Amino acid sequence: MKQYIVRRIGYSLLSLFLLSLTIFLFVRVTGDPASLLLEPGASPEDIANLRQQLGLDQPLWVQYWKFVESFLTGDLGQSFYYRAPVLNLYFERLPNSLLLASVAMVLSLVIGIPSGVLAAVRVGGFWDNAGKVFTLLGLSLPSFFIGLVLILFFTVYLGWLPSSGAGTPAHLVMPAFTLGWYFAAAHMRLTRSSMLEVLGSEYVKLARLKGLPEALVIGKHAFKNALIPVITLAGINLVVMINVAVVVETVFAWPGIGRLLYEGISFRDFPVVQAVVVIGGSMIILVNLLVDILYALIDPRIRMES
Amino acid sequence: MAVTTPPVAAVPVRSPFALPKWLSGFPTVPVAVLVLIALVAVFANLLAPYNPEIGSLSMRYKPPFWQAGGSMAHLLGTDHVGRDELSRLIFGARVSMIVGVAAVVVAGSIGTFLGIVSGYLGGWVDQVIMRVADAWLALPALTFAIFLAAIVGPSEFNIIFILGGVYWTRYARVIRSEVLSLKQREFVRLAIVAGCPKHVIMWRHILPNVINSAVVIGTLMLGVVIVTEAALSFLGIGVPPPKPAWGLMMADGKQGLMVGHWWLTVLPGICIMLMVLSANLLGDWLRVKLDPQMRQL
Amino acid sequence: MSTVSPPLLSLEHLSAHYVSQQGTRVVCAVDDVSLRLGAGETLGIVGESGSGKSTLALTIMRQLPTAARIVSGRMMFEGENLLDKSDAEMRRVRGKRIAMVLQDPMASLNPLFSIGNQVGEPLRVHEGAPVAKAWAKAIELLRSVRIASPETRATQFPHEMSGGMRQRIVGAIGISCEPRLLIADEPTTSLDLTIQAQYLNLMRDLQREHGLALIFITHNLGIVAKMCTQLAVMYAGRIVEQGPVKRIFSAPAHPYTKALLGSIPRMTDGHDRLTAIEGQPPDLSNLPQGCAFAPRCPKATAHCRAEAPIEFILADGHSARCWLASGSATA
Repeated sequence: MKQYIVRRIGYSLLSLFLLSLTIFLFVRVTGDPASLLLEPGASPEDIANLRQQLGLDQPLWVQYWKFVESFLTGDLGQSFYYRAPVLNLYFERLPNSLLLASVAMVLSLVIGIPSGVLAAVRVGGFWDNAGKVFTLLGLSLPSFFIGLVLILFFTVYLGWLPSSGAGTPAHLVMPAFTLGWYFAAAHMRLTRSSMLEVLGSEYVKLARLKGLPEALVIGKHAFKNALIPVITLAGINLVVMINVAVVVETVFAWPGIGRLLYEGISFRDFPVVQAVVVIGGSMIILVNLLVDILYALIDPRIRMES
Repeated sequence: MAVTTPPVAAVPVRSPFALPKWLSGFPTVPVAVLVLIALVAVFANLLAPYNPEIGSLSMRYKPPFWQAGGSMAHLLGTDHVGRDELSRLIFGARVSMIVGVAAVVVAGSIGTFLGIVSGYLGGWVDQVIMRVADAWLALPALTFAIFLAAIVGPSEFNIIFILGGVYWTRYARVIRSEVLSLKQREFVRLAIVAGCPKHVIMWRHILPNVINSAVVIGTLMLGVVIVTEAALSFLGIGVPPPKPAWGLMMADGKQGLMVGHWWLTVLPGICIMLMVLSANLLGDWLRVKLDPQMRQL
Repeated sequence: MSTVSPPLLSLEHLSAHYVSQQGTRVVCAVDDVSLRLGAGETLGIVGESGSGKSTLALTIMRQLPTAARIVSGRMMFEGENLLDKSDAEMRRVRGKRIAMVLQDPMASLNPLFSIGNQVGEPLRVHEGAPVAKAWAKAIELLRSVRIASPETRATQFPHEMSGGMRQRIVGAIGISCEPRLLIADEPTTSLDLTIQAQYLNLMRDLQREHGLALIFITHNLGIVAKMCTQLAVMYAGRIVEQGPVKRIFSAPAHPYTKALLGSIPRMTDGHDRLTAIEGQPPDLSNLPQGCAFAPRCPKATAHCRAEAPIEFILADGHSARCWLASGSATA
């Protein structure tokens, strides 16, 4: 198993390398790095200084190394707009994004898992068909549309919920629902197919042959096994959620990472954009690695098959 | 024993309007919707009553004709600078269609090309391409697209290539595995034995056989691409104003939403939804029909 | 042998069909099967793959997949027709009065639950035993199937057991509620030869201790010779010959049975080629009009091809479904 973990870590490192290289190259090749990384209206000396700092006259691999080094030491650049280190801004906002993503994740599982189980147990039945519709809508409706429609009803027409900012649980309701919707559909679909696969297994067959009541067969024998891939996906999706929440956080003015990214775009604050993207991608690669390792440690079958 | 002639087997009479068997379950409504949107996009100039980019401030925030304050002059109302909503929706169809289809074609071309190269040549070429694809897939498409748009700046043209550059990875893996299995087939082996140079095999023999899958992936991608484009426009780094993109219209409409001017956000949203739903349904049907081995997509 | 007291299990003209979704293709997986089994007896059911033996087992347990249904016949068990029972009543029969052991023990055990949990489960469900009592009983059961240090083993998980142990554990699950009948579907197929012998001896001992009736589904005539007193040979969903093992082995009546027995290689044979049965197993959805075995039968006549044979009783408890057997029949 150690072999597996080492291999897996190596693979993640390679992905991190390729991703950071991609980002680095795109900035160097398609844009003018100096003008991107400095605010408009900077003096020629500042530009020259930055050029030197970035080592734009040096070979590419030196520049890349400086790039990686700065990120690893926590220097994510300086935001023009806030005149503060991006790192600080990022970690200020991160808890908010985590909160939103966690609640959205819980929602998506609470909706997704039971409906997936029901759809699998009664294939072709009402729940299965309703579930298919739900999946289709969930994966087709853009999140900002859902968010805006919710605002229309719950803020403008009914006046029940606030439409922007954070602070009270009421602020959390609509953004979490909007963010969770897509993932509820995704989790439902996976639960259904995982459950169907498990229901066809030999041990479920034997459980029935043992004369166990159907509720026990499904609830105990099938469910726990079917849940494994879903939980794995959910873990990864939590981090994905944080990164794709940019739209939802913009609609609801939720002060998280997504909104930071939006501000970075709007104010042409490139260091912010770059940092969010680099951290976002790295986060996802790392959480994938973590989940795979945890899985290997916990699942007794893989543990044995070293 | 008397010789009995077997009765003439009754041939079931098919209604002339019945579809041939292989077209069973054809998603007529989704295709009709897509065709309709395409027609609207093509004939936008003829269909739109007004210029979508010019408005008159005295006519701001007029609601659709069925609400109080609305009029038949502006069937679906006007936006915050007095531009006719219907005309903008019509021209928005053109933007969505063009960007959507073009991006899918770009992504498909790159993805299929790299998939064939990677699958056929194997070795380190394969490793490099696949590892890059995996690394890029780790970054959510929207985030990646935002990043690229921030660098090169938003424009309709740029967005097409940005989306193409982000989504080719979805094609590459699937095409590659198809190529891997095609490599084992008789006709490829014959070509190799006959001394066919590699590039001829790849483009003359293998490519036509993977086009099927590329098309299926393309229809499935169309919906995704359109949503991403709309999201980018909504965030302000997609198709730039004053061009009417549905996502952009929704962003503009948000201010009005807070005081009840619902049509500026809801109507474009419905258009996006219809287009994406239709594309997804068509893609699902195609996937099942055209290529049983792709059902796991 | 089984006519003195009422038989434990009696299948009468039982048929089960698979129907395709549109209702167009019908596969007669079990076709007009009749057999009897007394208490404590061992019946072997032999046939090629696809002959319907596993389906027959699932039919008795009323656990057929959704595409299949029982179309006719009766299944009498301990004097009651199992087909008359409601789902809830049948569930109480399963695992408690009739138990079944499946072929692949690794797949049959749930990887996420301990051995003790899974062995004790039928006790908790069928006899309402509290958890601690069920656990204690599970340990005893493991001991009775000759698993060493059962206390430790009970806390372990299926992947930590060897193949032979797993099969014995599944056997322990089977006998946990002291059923009257145990159906074993190819229980030794996945075991090593050396383990097979141990397992069969275990089965025999358990049978004697608990007064179990056993149905052994297998394609291995050697096991039948060793374990069974009765034999039923299945072909294309029908029983083509049944009766006492010794009688059939010494004087097989049906050409298929003859071919099966003849194909077992013997050291004393002078031949250098294996005797195989000509032809392919039949397509169950497209059975020929007459006898299903006729296309492969060296002795087939026009009558065989035209009309499916009925069952002829040849002697006490021995019958064969073959026109050629009718000569010596007392039908």
